[in-house]
Amino acid sequence: MKTRLIFLVLFFLLLTSCAPKSSPPTLTVMTHDSFAVSEDVVKAFETQNNVSLIFIKSGDTGTMLNRAVLTKDSPQADVLYGVDNTFLSRAIKEEIFEPYTSPLLVNVANNFKENLDGMVTPINFGDVCINYDKKYFISHNLAIPQTLNDLLKSEYGSSASGAPLLVVENPATSSPGLAFLLATIAEFGEEGYLEFWRGLKSNGVVVVNDWDTAYYTNFSASSGKGLQPMVVSYATSPAAEVIYASSPLTESPTASILGVNTCFRQIEYAGILKGTKNLTMAQKFIDFMLDVQFQEDLPLQMFMYPVNQNASLPSEFEKYAQAAENPAVLDPALISEKRDQWIKDWTEVMLP
Amino acid sequence: MDQGLDRGDVALSRFAVGEPKLKDSGMALWLFPLLFLLVFFFLPMASIMAVMFSRADSIDLGQIWRPLGFTVGQAVLSTLLTLVTGLPAAFVFSRFHFPGKSFMRTLTMLPFILPTVVTAAGFNALLGPRGWINLALMDLLETSIPPVTFLNTFTAILVAHIFYNIAIVIRVVGSAWAQLDPRLEQSAQVLGASPSRSFIEVTLPLLKRPILASALLVFLFDFTSFGVVLMLGGPSFATLEVSIYTQALSLLNLRMAGILTLLQLACTIGITIFYSKVSSNQSIPLFPRLQGEGTQLPRTWMQKVIVLIVMLFLFLLQVLPLGALAARSIARMEADRGERGDVQAGVTLDFYQELFINRQQSYFYVPPVRAMINSLFYAGVTMVISTMAGTMLAYAFVRKPAIKRWLDALIMLPFGASAVTLGLGFIVTFNRPPIEAGTFPLLVPIAHSLIAMPFVMRTVQPAISSIPESLRESAAVLGASPQKVWWHVEMPIIRRALIAGAIFSFTISLGEFGATSFISSPKNPTLPIAIYRYLSQPGAMNYGQAMAMATILIIVCGVSVWLLEKLQSEKRAGV
Repeated sequence: MKTRLIFLVLFFLLLTSCAPKSSPPTLTVMTHDSFAVSEDVVKAFETQNNVSLIFIKSGDTGTMLNRAVLTKDSPQADVLYGVDNTFLSRAIKEEIFEPYTSPLLVNVANNFKENLDGMVTPINFGDVCINYDKKYFISHNLAIPQTLNDLLKSEYGSSASGAPLLVVENPATSSPGLAFLLATIAEFGEEGYLEFWRGLKSNGVVVVNDWDTAYYTNFSASSGKGLQPMVVSYATSPAAEVIYASSPLTESPTASILGVNTCFRQIEYAGILKGTKNLTMAQKFIDFMLDVQFQEDLPLQMFMYPVNQNASLPSEFEKYAQAAENPAVLDPALISEKRDQWIKDWTEVMLP
Repeated sequence: MDQGLDRGDVALSRFAVGEPKLKDSGMALWLFPLLFLLVFFFLPMASIMAVMFSRADSIDLGQIWRPLGFTVGQAVLSTLLTLVTGLPAAFVFSRFHFPGKSFMRTLTMLPFILPTVVTAAGFNALLGPRGWINLALMDLLETSIPPVTFLNTFTAILVAHIFYNIAIVIRVVGSAWAQLDPRLEQSAQVLGASPSRSFIEVTLPLLKRPILASALLVFLFDFTSFGVVLMLGGPSFATLEVSIYTQALSLLNLRMAGILTLLQLACTIGITIFYSKVSSNQSIPLFPRLQGEGTQLPRTWMQKVIVLIVMLFLFLLQVLPLGALAARSIARMEADRGERGDVQAGVTLDFYQELFINRQQSYFYVPPVRAMINSLFYAGVTMVISTMAGTMLAYAFVRKPAIKRWLDALIMLPFGASAVTLGLGFIVTFNRPPIEAGTFPLLVPIAHSLIAMPFVMRTVQPAISSIPESLRESAAVLGASPQKVWWHVEMPIIRRALIAGAIFSFTISLGEFGATSFISSPKNPTLPIAIYRYLSQPGAMNYGQAMAMATILIIVCGVSVWLLEKLQSEKRAGV
């Protein structure tokens, strides 16, 4: 009797989930897991254009790009959002994009518009930086390191305190890990960066596979209360610590090191996928993402900075988040040519 | 059930009645599962392989040996350790009854469902640098350096594998052990054999097949281990599956990923064929026993100690990490107050309350109840598909050993295939209506069923082959229709294994993360996906909500497993 009841319930659930829905025309956006947006922003676009938006999330940036590349003959979406400058050249080489130049790009600073070939549109950026535990440095009377080279000093080594002070992510499995590796390449050059990593290794550094572990297990200022007072994370993480505190905070327990070349700037782009049947609507959506409403929504949703200079930042960002003034920059074409080799060489040095 | 068995006992003579009927239905039994596999496994795998090998990515065969060696080594070691720890537990659960037994049985099932992000958090809360154990030891030894290093070690991988897979040994071997006629062992002892001799010479040979079956399942789980190695083992260790992930999704070298995938598949086939060879001599059909027969209260001093040690071990291994995690979901630990190292704690339900609030007005916000319903729906459908298909296969294999020979290894393939590659295969294959990843709601349970089906098959098959043909025949001679024979004679015998399989498939689906993140719709996430979303943003509130959501997942699963087991015992009382 009971089994029959369960079957009936399941059958009913099946039916309801398969029920056809009458709907307006749709626009499909493929994106990565970290994409977030406010409900009313989506609604605004939908009502303005009498269209309904469908989002497909496909894992991290690499997975998403693979999905777009593997399905380029029968594209699953009209717009792809979330390719960043570490993956950009590869995406362009695979010819998955339909060129489009949004009129709203006039509101975007020039340095975001380099090397794009008119294929993709910059939407937001964020800096991958070392975050530090403020309290640790105060209570240990330790100065904050100002450059990457400072990290090689003995006072930031494990011999001084018994455990390494810095935790970094594996660039082969983590995108902030890769970004930090790129920052060191920008700072020390292709000839010198491995030397820096060898020095870092002998001074003491912890390598873990992903951001979750680095931040929540190893970092001392997070809920995990780990052993390392420095972690590779984002320049906006200190603001997130305040916004997502479990009881109200007036000051962030963490801050970022914002020296020359200590941060790597990740820029995320949106592009129209070749083969779309909704070209005009897709262009409208790209314009919408560049426009002030979406741009002002994204900081608190994704903890990234808008590229549109007319967008104002939320007060929490003004107060607690810091953008790097001199972030490390590498040519996307060089990144795409060398990234595999860099990761391989890094792995041989750090994880023999 | 009693009636069925009694009737069976009356007439034991062999008549070949009903044999032709069985042969007719033989093909239908394996055709449906095979079609299912063809469409949802071989088609996507073949498509993605074709794509992978059509690319011009560079190949470095030197990168194969290290992950291959490590994968085999850690899987052998993990499987042995799981057997060594699981067999005593299976013995205790099948031979004794004691207070708290059903509670502990349910608890041992829980780790099975946990996504690795949550398990890692649980072990971190217990054994991490600021875990309870290190905090206590640091206090005791008056040191500021945590004495226990657990995370990112080889030990962590082994312990996590035992933590995850001990339930397989307990359930698969335990259900067979409970089925054994205790009189066999008793007669051996009456005839003068010592308990250890009667165990080695009578019980162990009879349990050979279920032990091998569980060892195979555990081995394949360990062999394809991904999350545990990635998150608990750290960057110094990489299995084939981890290498496939890195090659395909980070280095974007799909050809290399394809080669590694083929290697992993080849190993899976090899292992399965080896297993079939070892276990090919048919098991001895035995008259199945009533549930509860042969169990006793631990009487002697020795028995009490054994039960106590096993339960204590299971408690330490399985309950403590889960408990540590649940404790974190109600503990407030603020990062800004007090000195580094001392943890200011208070009890709070904030994290749970916050789950119900869409504070950032996010378009993708999902209330916990919704995620729970999604998870239960997927798990329910997975259970139905895989239990039906798995049982059909098990019957086909028992009745037609010839089919088993060539189908057996095929059925196990999804189990040992790379989840990353299969996920990409789904994307390449199912990207247009009517079946489209991201919108077709049944794709998630279908993907889960691919892994759960061989599981059910392995669990049920030993039970089916233990049914003596004479039992079925005598019932038929006495006038029972085939349906009646199945319901009243076979069903009661295989029910225990069937429910074990069903519970496994249900929990496999509840905890699955990788495939789900590929193909589910972002507006309808499951509990593991919702947990991961919280864990990928900084902030104490996010971490706390992840722990709260994980605790909800544990409770949902605990209640489900408990209900499923209850279904079994009520049935028994009803007949």
